[in-house]
Formats: sequence, structure tokens, C-alpha cells
Amino acid sequence: MAKKLSSFAGVKSNLLNGRSVVIGVPYLWFLLLAAIPLLIILKISLSEMESTTISNMIDWRDGWPKLTLNFVSYQFILTDSLYYKTYLSSIQYALITTVLCLVIGYPFAYFMARSPKHIQPTLLMLIMLPFWTSFLLRIYAWKTLLVSNGVINNTLMSLGLIDAPLPMMNNSFSLLVGMVYSYLPFMILPLYANLSKLDIRYLEAAADLGTSPFKAFWLITVPLSKAGIIAGSMLVFIPAIGEYVIPELLGGSSTLMIGRVLWDEFFNNNDWPMASAVAVIMILLILLPMALYNKSQADQLEAKA
Amino acid sequence: MNESMNKIFAKSWMLLVYIFLYMPIVTLVVFSFNDSKLVTVWSHASFRWYGALMEDSRIISAVGLSLKIAFLSALISVFFGTFTAFALNRYKRFKGRTFLSSMASMPLVMPDVIVGLSLLLMLISAQHLMGFPEKGLFTILLGHALLGTAYAAVVVTSRLREMDAKLDEAAMDLGCKPFQVFILVTLPLLLPSLLSAFLLTFTLSFDDVVLSSFLSGPGYTTMPMEIFSRARLGLNPTINAIATVTIVVVSAAVIASSFYSSHQERKRKREEAQAYSNN
Repeated sequence: MAKKLSSFAGVKSNLLNGRSVVIGVPYLWFLLLAAIPLLIILKISLSEMESTTISNMIDWRDGWPKLTLNFVSYQFILTDSLYYKTYLSSIQYALITTVLCLVIGYPFAYFMARSPKHIQPTLLMLIMLPFWTSFLLRIYAWKTLLVSNGVINNTLMSLGLIDAPLPMMNNSFSLLVGMVYSYLPFMILPLYANLSKLDIRYLEAAADLGTSPFKAFWLITVPLSKAGIIAGSMLVFIPAIGEYVIPELLGGSSTLMIGRVLWDEFFNNNDWPMASAVAVIMILLILLPMALYNKSQADQLEAKA
Repeated sequence: MNESMNKIFAKSWMLLVYIFLYMPIVTLVVFSFNDSKLVTVWSHASFRWYGALMEDSRIISAVGLSLKIAFLSALISVFFGTFTAFALNRYKRFKGRTFLSSMASMPLVMPDVIVGLSLLLMLISAQHLMGFPEKGLFTILLGHALLGTAYAAVVVTSRLREMDAKLDEAAMDLGCKPFQVFILVTLPLLLPSLLSAFLLTFTLSFDDVVLSSFLSGPGYTTMPMEIFSRARLGLNPTINAIATVTIVVVSAAVIASSFYSSHQERKRKREEAQAYSNN
């Protein structure tokens, strides 16, 4: 170990010039395209729409800058119950999606990790393949399946199983089907990565000591896969909160999602400060789960090292 | 008895999940060959909608634009993604490392609407200050490249972690300059992962609708934007035809590349084993 470290130090001093380039290039890239834009949203959320332009936050008077923070948009969001309801319902839909993905995905990942070694790559590729084909087109496909004269209703009716079409479209059901469908692979992949590394000897030891397989599953497998559960859940929950395309195509007008509100404020009402304020509050909601995700990733790396 | 029951349960669970994942795709493809104008009612097989697709000039120009953007964005993403992966993996300690790693994972999880809105507002501010850039191909490209860089960094990182740093050190000991080491040793070893990162970021860009809608200007409609505006209005059989074409092309590319990389992997392992046994 010490030897390795010292040789690394040697490599480092050789690369001193290369080092600043290798770090500097991505640093500038993300600073410009990720960090600064987030600050700009914050800035614009604190200004006000003045007919066609937004108000200036900094006025120059007598050579001194005068900072005016404008909380109009935030006041509006906090007092209008529609926004509050929409945030709440977005969180609800994202939570239900996460739980459903976990309930469907955990057993799947578990069985996949227990499958014969040589077929696992194929099983994995079959999970990845839909992920590669256009997300938009797959959501559109659900529309053709779920509408009242859609493929599922037509099939069920021609089989005589139902008399009238089931209302499966433009409601919470179609929204959740679309969300679970789109985000399931994001749950399965980290869970599988985690479960496939589980040392089977723990379970054998538990069995030798007389633990039932069911009990061993809850006492050993689930706690050991905690990192995978957290990673998968966050990868589903965080983007699901702000989802726009799925509620727009499958949710109808009755399902409230905050991503659509942001879109409408920006594109239909042209109210940039309002759209930015909606985004800032959404980011605040996401921060905690994001910190959780980053921590679980860091812990995993540490465990590997 | 119990054992085999468990196996049956496991197999049917997996089968049901695969059916859930593939049913929409199969339906899209099957109904693209449907002659009827009603997307969901089967009449008889025909290539009618493929013919309609060929004459649909809006779709064709949208596909052209999307291909151009996807290609350029994939190139840029792999370039910056490789830098990001190197910075975060080769250097464990530097000022602002946490900042860089959280910025690099931000586009992966942040909802698209926020990424799109924030980038657009930044670009508009930049335009106020410098009169540049005009909304259009370039701005869409920046958005896709930002998203792609984050994904490419993940793909390259996973390869970098497996790679043996000793190979770099050996080349260095034999007198290679750092840049030579990168070109002669590291890059060839990374190549398969660069290829899969290219493919992934290409399809991400080719698929994106939210970022493009925010960042596009008049006259720049990408294929997903065109599909989205049609899908919002209702069902449309030409979408099924486009879907089938993209699904066939993408699946072929993915399967071919995964065969290629597993072949490379085996070859590399064999060479490594040989090298070790020669010692």
C-alpha cells in the first residue's frame, strides 16, 4: 500500500500541468451550464414581471447599487392553495410510484440475482433495452393501450369480459402506469447491482442456525441491500416529482403535477419569475432526497475501497 | 415441492415484469402495420403509414435536425464526460471536488423542466450581455451536451474504476510522458466504454423533448418535439411507423455494440491471462 501511494505521488508531480487541465475543463463546463443557471433561476424568481421584461434587481442610484428583492411570486405561491395542492399531489404521485417500483422491482432484482450466472447478462440487457428505445414513444404506446377504444379495452370487450370500456385513461391510474413503467428500470438496476454482490454464505449460515428463509430474507438480505434500496428509490422519486411528459400525455387535466404548472407558467403565461419560483421551491423539496442519494453513493464507494 | 413452487413464482414474476416492459413496444410495432386510420382497431396489414411517413416533409426535416444534434451532442458529451470521469477518479483530493461531483450528478436526477428552464434563462441573460447565442441548434445542443456529459461521466467512471492504475504507472516507468500514456495506454483500454457512452448520449439526445422545447427557437423542431405535439392531439398512425423504425435501428445498434464490447472484454481477459502466465 505504501509503495503504491508513493508511486502515485510520483505520477502526480509529473502530471501537475495536466492535472489542472483535467480538473479545470469539466469544472468550467459544469460551472457554466449547471451552477450559474441555478443561481440565475434564484435571481429571476426574486424579480417581478413588468409587461414584457422582468424588473431589474439591481438599480444604480448615485453610483451605488440598490438591491431590490421581490417576493411577489413566492407570496403568490404560498397564499394560493392551488400551488400547495399541486406540490402535495406531485409528492404523493412520486411516492406511490417509488413504492410500486420497489414492490415490483425488488423481487425482480432478487430473482434476477439468483438466476444462473450465464443468463444474467441477457436478463439485464432485456431490462436495459426498453430504456434505450424512445421514452416518448413508449409513453405514447400506453396511450394507444389505455384509451377507452384502446387495445386493452377492445380486447377485453371482444372476449366478453367487460361490457363497457374501463376508464383507464386521463386519470391517476394511467399516470401511475406511465410513471411506474418509465422508472422501473431505474429501481431494478441499482437493486440488482447490490443484490448480485450479496454473499450467499450469510444466508447459509442463517439456515444452519435454524432461521426460516422468510425470516432470513427480512433479517439479512433486506438490511444488506439498504444502499441499493435508497439509491433506487431516490433515482425514481426525485425525477418523478418534476415529471412533465407523462402527466401531459397520460394524466389528463385532473391530475395535478408541479412540472406541468412550471411549464404553463413559462410557456402559456410567459411569467418567468413565477416559473422560476415554482422551480426554486421544487429544488428545495428535492434537496433532502438528493443529499440522501449522494450519501448512499459515497458510503457504497467507501465500502468498496 | 416448496422449492419448485418458489422457482415457479420467481419465473412468473420475472415474466410478468418483462411483459409489462415490452407490451407497449410490441403493440406500437404491430399496429404500425395496421391499414386502418383508427390506430387501435386492426383492419389488415399494410405499409400505408410507412408510405405516409416518407412523404411527411416535417417529420423528415425533424429527423435530420435530431440526428445532427444527437451526433454532435454525443461527441461533446463523451469529450467532457471523459474529463469529468478522470478528474473525479484520478484525483481524490482537490479543492471543489464535492462541488464538481454534485454538479456532475445534478443533471442525472434533476427534473428536466428545471434543467431546461435554468439553462434557457442563463442563455437569455448571456444574450442580453453579449448578443450571443441565438436560440436554435446551438442552444439545444448545449442542453443535450450538459445532460449527456453527466451520463457519459458515469459510464466512463465505471470503466476507469475497473482499470488497473498499474498499467499507467508501468508506461510511466518506461519513460512515457503523461500525454503519451493517455493516448497509448489509457485511451485504448477505455475505448469500449467511450463507444457505449457515445451510443447512450446519442439516444438521450435523440429522445429528449423537454430540454429541446425550452431551448429551441423558431424553425428548429426536433423529431421528439414533432412527435410530442402530434401525440398531445391524439393518436396518430404515423407515430407508430416512426416508432417502429427507431426501435429497429436502436435495438440493432445496442445489440451489436453489446456483442462487440463483450467480445472485446473476452479478448482483453485472454490477453491479460496470457501476459500473466508468461511471467
